[in-house]
Amino acid sequence: MTVFNLPDVGEGLTEADIASWKVAVGDTVEVNQIFVEIETAKSLVELPCPFAGVVTALHAAEGDTVLVDTPLITIDQDGNKPAPTGTPEPAEALATAAPQASEEPGPLVGSGPTADSSVRRARTNRPKPSSDPAQLRASRASALTEEISRRAASLSSALTREVDKAKPAVANFVDRVLAKPPVRRLAKELGVDINDVVGTGSQGEVTREDVNSYQAQREAEHAAAPTYWAHGELADARTERTQVRGVRKATAKAMVDSAFTAPHVSIFVDVDASRTMEYVARLKKSRDFEGIKVSPLLVLARAVIWAAARNPSVNASWVETENGAEIHQKRFMNLGIAAATPRGLLVPNIKDAQDLNMRELATALNELATTARAGKTKPEDMRGGTLSITNIGALGIDTGTPIINPGEVAIVAFGTIRQKPWVVDGEVVPRWITTLGGSFDHRVVDGDLSARFMADVASILQEPAMLLD
Amino acid sequence: MTRAVTEEDLVQILTPDGQRLAHDIYDAYLADVDADMLRSFYRDMALTRRFDQEATALQRQGQLCLWVPVRGQEAAQIGSGRATRPSDYIFPTYREHGVALTREVSFSEMLRLFRGISGGGWDPRENNFHMYTMVLAAQLPHAAGYGMALNLEQHGWDEAKRAAEGGAVVAYFGDGSSTEGEAHESMVFANSFDAPVVYFCQNNQWAISVPFEVQSKVPLVQRAAGYGMPGIRVDGNDVLAVLAVTRWALEHARSGKGPVFIEAVTYRLGAHTTADDPTKYRLSEEEKAWAPKDPLIRLETYLRENKLVDDEFFEQLAVDADAMAAKVREDAMAFPVPPLAKSFEQVYAQAHPLIQEELDWHLQYEAGFADAAQGEH
Repeated sequence: MTVFNLPDVGEGLTEADIASWKVAVGDTVEVNQIFVEIETAKSLVELPCPFAGVVTALHAAEGDTVLVDTPLITIDQDGNKPAPTGTPEPAEALATAAPQASEEPGPLVGSGPTADSSVRRARTNRPKPSSDPAQLRASRASALTEEISRRAASLSSALTREVDKAKPAVANFVDRVLAKPPVRRLAKELGVDINDVVGTGSQGEVTREDVNSYQAQREAEHAAAPTYWAHGELADARTERTQVRGVRKATAKAMVDSAFTAPHVSIFVDVDASRTMEYVARLKKSRDFEGIKVSPLLVLARAVIWAAARNPSVNASWVETENGAEIHQKRFMNLGIAAATPRGLLVPNIKDAQDLNMRELATALNELATTARAGKTKPEDMRGGTLSITNIGALGIDTGTPIINPGEVAIVAFGTIRQKPWVVDGEVVPRWITTLGGSFDHRVVDGDLSARFMADVASILQEPAMLLD
Repeated sequence: MTRAVTEEDLVQILTPDGQRLAHDIYDAYLADVDADMLRSFYRDMALTRRFDQEATALQRQGQLCLWVPVRGQEAAQIGSGRATRPSDYIFPTYREHGVALTREVSFSEMLRLFRGISGGGWDPRENNFHMYTMVLAAQLPHAAGYGMALNLEQHGWDEAKRAAEGGAVVAYFGDGSSTEGEAHESMVFANSFDAPVVYFCQNNQWAISVPFEVQSKVPLVQRAAGYGMPGIRVDGNDVLAVLAVTRWALEHARSGKGPVFIEAVTYRLGAHTTADDPTKYRLSEEEKAWAPKDPLIRLETYLRENKLVDDEFFEQLAVDADAMAAKVREDAMAFPVPPLAKSFEQVYAQAHPLIQEELDWHLQYEAGFADAAQGEH
């Protein structure tokens, strides 16, 4: 039996998710046969099997996260299945080389930062520092400065002066607080000045625990502070600074580009969505929609597609070409849904949404949301959108002025739906009310057209039966 | 340089559909290419591809720290490598596995570096094939310096002696390295001192995720004019064209006329390294557009249409390639892992108090494990 542990297939990865198994227990595998697809922080990767034999165990289920250097698959190499042609005696060759038992060294890589905690080797004694840390640092500094002085003595006096000048810098470097790079990074991330932390490591170095306990103490101090607001402190302490990176940076750029190239016009309409709520309730009970999440967003998505077909200039883009600007009106709808994800704001889109029926659209919306929430949205899912919806109602907000997704000319904001007093036939009755907000690129969509589009979307929410027309 | 480079300036002998074209200048450099040689070119390219595949698998199995795939660039490497003489000196980057094959560097030995147990893996003096250089373009000033040293050694040689016995240098780099400062410095030096260096740039269109358009708005070969050296733009997926232009360039350099710049237009069909995912930054349409230009396909088409091979040739080659791959795998797994203590000897040429102190600490640390008696890991 040979256990194959998950290797580090990137540079410094610590874990991967099982995307799909390509083999099952009992299957015969050959050397280099693809047996699993994993998703790392960097990419989807197919793993080729290092041994020939029969699969006796898969150590994780699809969707599970596996730590690097922990078991992935077990293969019985004595399965005595025929060796693959063209590779002479691969099983035999491998038997000597493959890690068969714990005594044999395993793969050379794949022992990432998290790996060795579970396989830490027993110690009889801890190495002792040759002297106490301060003395050690001092002895290092003096060893170096002595060396410098020794060499300097044989040089001209001019050079000696230069070396003397360098001494403090060298001593300074050697005197630096000791800490491993990950610990330095942790301190930096926590905003802890590592020079303030007392090191308790065997070499006097600052350890992870030291940083954490320093931080815990600091947090306790913070908790004792009466309020968040800074009173009478230095100006610097009154402002919290965060580096703008990653998706935040991309979002910021996209929003600035959009807001400053496309002149936005925003309009709003209140809608009585009671019938939509009834319709959604009916769909939920319907057998066709069993197991599928149905929400008013589904009706809105359908309404937007329907209304865009009647007012197609909202489903377009403004394109600058060498021969001047062009308007590209799309005869298809890649419907974008803005989603708050662990990675930040993303706008994945449903390709060719116009071709989907209600059930397919519901499934597509579910998949899109699940993928986005899991942080697995792929770049191609975000490319080529033609019109977007942002569901701010999910956060309990009534309405807002959305900013158009770059490359598109219209976006619809879906506010919360709540019961409000509404006048029907001269009487105040409780109804399910929502507000739709829309922003349009005025270069492409004029006021009357955006109004007509929004009115059309609203009419469907008011009476979903109109979709049957 | 008064005229912009156009597609017509691309030297091509074998078209993507396997047609052999005539060429006024370069046909003379292909006069000795017979059926045996053509078959050996194909064999070298196929073996390189199979080796690449096996090394990629070994990385995915945790046996290599990293691998740098070469798939798609075999013709540029085999064609240029086969144009060199054993006495010529090669400075590779880190993707030149095919060139290494033409210099008879063992595929197995090349894996020591990627297995993380050696800083090199082969003796560069044996095959005149330098260590892989991980720092981009760092090898280019070395190449210029080597070429200048050759000129000193060959001072006073007449043209005939230079042509017969003279040495030359081939420096390999990519479109990404071409914009490193060292590339520029190296070419200025080599040209000023007529160093016999062939600058062989494999433009594989992508510097990890940076597309070629970001490196240069014009074909790279146009830079050669700026340095005052001849520049040749060649179809890098055409092994015959690459062979011919590299032979021409080596002849030029060897004769004392100075360096030559070659831009081999090719495409990296796979990832930059095993830690890279090209689907994140390039479109599958682009990959599909390049797939039919595969260097192996066009030579296979040519060989088959001219009845220079039969099915048995390819079957035997596949068997040989699998055997080579199995041997490489076996060798790689059997490499002894040098003890970490060895590394301390390689920091300074002479003993050093700080290193000695760190070595002592390391030995004490290693001895402190309960299972230390079982030996070094």
